[in-house]
Amino acid sequence: MIMSESMQSSVGISLTADVLIIGGGPAGTWAALSAANEGVKVVLADKGYCGSSGATAPSGTGVWYIQPDAEARLEAKMSRYELGGQLAENAWMNRVLDKAYERMHHLAELGYPFPLDGSGKSVVRGLQGPEYMKLMRKLVLKAGVKILDHSPALELLADEHGVGGARGVRTQTGENWEVRAGAVVIATGGCAFLSKALGCNVLTGDGYLLAAEAGAEMSGMEFSNAYAISPSFASITKTAYYRYASFYYEDGSIVEGAGSQRGRSVIARNLLQGRQVFARLDQAPEEIRPRLRVGQTNFFLPFDRLGIDPFRDMFPVTLRLEGTVRGTGGIHIVNEDCGTAVPGLYAAGDAATRELICGGFTGGGSHNAAWAMSSGSFSGKGAASYAKSLGTRSSERALKGLSTSQLTRQETSTGGKTGDIVEAVKAEVHPYDRNLFRTEQGLVSSLERLDQLWKEVRATPITLDNRAYKFREAAAMTATARWMYRSARFRTETRGMHKRVDYPSLDGSQRHRLISGGLDEVSVRTEEVSKEVVLA
Amino acid sequence: MIEIVSESKCIQCNLCVSVCPTNVFDKVEGDIPVIARQSDCQTCFMCELYCPVDALYVSPNSEGSDLVEEELLEENGLLGSYREKIGWGPGRTPITRHPLMLEGRN
Repeated sequence: MIMSESMQSSVGISLTADVLIIGGGPAGTWAALSAANEGVKVVLADKGYCGSSGATAPSGTGVWYIQPDAEARLEAKMSRYELGGQLAENAWMNRVLDKAYERMHHLAELGYPFPLDGSGKSVVRGLQGPEYMKLMRKLVLKAGVKILDHSPALELLADEHGVGGARGVRTQTGENWEVRAGAVVIATGGCAFLSKALGCNVLTGDGYLLAAEAGAEMSGMEFSNAYAISPSFASITKTAYYRYASFYYEDGSIVEGAGSQRGRSVIARNLLQGRQVFARLDQAPEEIRPRLRVGQTNFFLPFDRLGIDPFRDMFPVTLRLEGTVRGTGGIHIVNEDCGTAVPGLYAAGDAATRELICGGFTGGGSHNAAWAMSSGSFSGKGAASYAKSLGTRSSERALKGLSTSQLTRQETSTGGKTGDIVEAVKAEVHPYDRNLFRTEQGLVSSLERLDQLWKEVRATPITLDNRAYKFREAAAMTATARWMYRSARFRTETRGMHKRVDYPSLDGSQRHRLISGGLDEVSVRTEEVSKEVVLA
Repeated sequence: MIEIVSESKCIQCNLCVSVCPTNVFDKVEGDIPVIARQSDCQTCFMCELYCPVDALYVSPNSEGSDLVEEELLEENGLLGSYREKIGWGPGRTPITRHPLMLEGRN
């Protein structure tokens, strides 16, 4: 582990806290509220703006919210169990369903404007991102949490006892920031590799890199090839409504087998051959169309602005990579507090693996939303009690920065390289014939180039200015792609969303997790899935 | 991507500078904010939604810059149209309260 040059001299903001949360989406804000509820001092740093940043804020999302009724819960758990390749765990699904249910009712009590029934009672329904995250920001501030907006973290701070804070830059002032804290929760979201999926360009795997530099591992990184259907001209990646779509070629003939649930590969194969695919939501019954318009307002926004009626007009579609945002891989969780293998370091939301509740196949936004609420809550509480257990001596720790690339005050040529590295990583992970349809040959050749790229990344010093985080994003994407493809190569079968063209069926002997880690040397090992079977 | 900060409407509150998750705008002393890093725009529409006077316009085209005319957008009722749909702003009801939200599983 290389210790980076001290940033001490240039600190603009220097704070101490019990818990530092990195990332201010749903998971980060629930973590902040849960930690503050334990009576500890909390700081939350977001790369963008807590309230608008991330995949949830601009979207509407369903929530895996199931009445506490044994039969309904069993059905909910089973609905994705096989699709996920039997990698979810009953005990985790139970506690997440319980916590998400509780949190949704908290939201109603705390003022989320759910619709009202005939008697004026609020009815818990899916969440609209703008409203949800505006409320979460308000609640976090009210709880006394200090928010640092536009403050990407560049490195974690640690000593031999574990993680003890982080440092970064403030992009709007160019100042550095440093927060020393007894515990750190990583809630930075997944990695969508700058594909312009809605709200996802801030999700570049930053937290994975931070965690790995501290010695934490990843889990399920082979489940990282979610692609969303989107109009080719827009960022709106709300795939749910495409269940009402028919897919056509330009001449109006039907694309056989294309569909939103199981027929996405057909769309991908056509696009790969250079044949544009068009969609039209002509399967949506007339009477539900007004409801669809209300349920996902932003889905219709591009169409309305361009004068397209998606129920009547054909429009060109593409598949946008959502990587681990809608994949299920992420930081490996080792206990019920969402702790990692590193003392003082926790992970929540899409930054953490979601295999525990949906295995190798995401249930779409609703599972992620429930996971964000619950893992945020578990990690915030866990981090607070860990910080309390450290006592007062924690402020005397001799902490060092963990960034792999050297962070320096000196001028470097880093800035010029960022774009090239980003493009090089995208070229390995965006193409359907590399990431969606995986083969040994494709993975090996991608890994050769990605390994080379990593050598370049780690040898490049980063100038500490307000664009420094851009290079860290490029580094994080490079590292993420390497864990993804090493894991994908290791799993010589097709399971969950992980498709191996050369191993097209599920192999019963590979029902285990793949734990990956390491930076200069990436390794993959297997870990047993809890033997408990869901079917009771 | 973000295309317009309306000179005639903007009240220089700089809320867009704060809420933009990808830091696209720069605050300008004594003037309206500028679109300083348009290529960083992720077309998430959040700035437009938060603008209290409907002075911003985000084109749905996420892949490149579009030529748009403010007058035309105004004529077609597109400035502030998303905020209106979401039900933000004085005298409006959040769409989350819409009775149709009670139906189906959306």
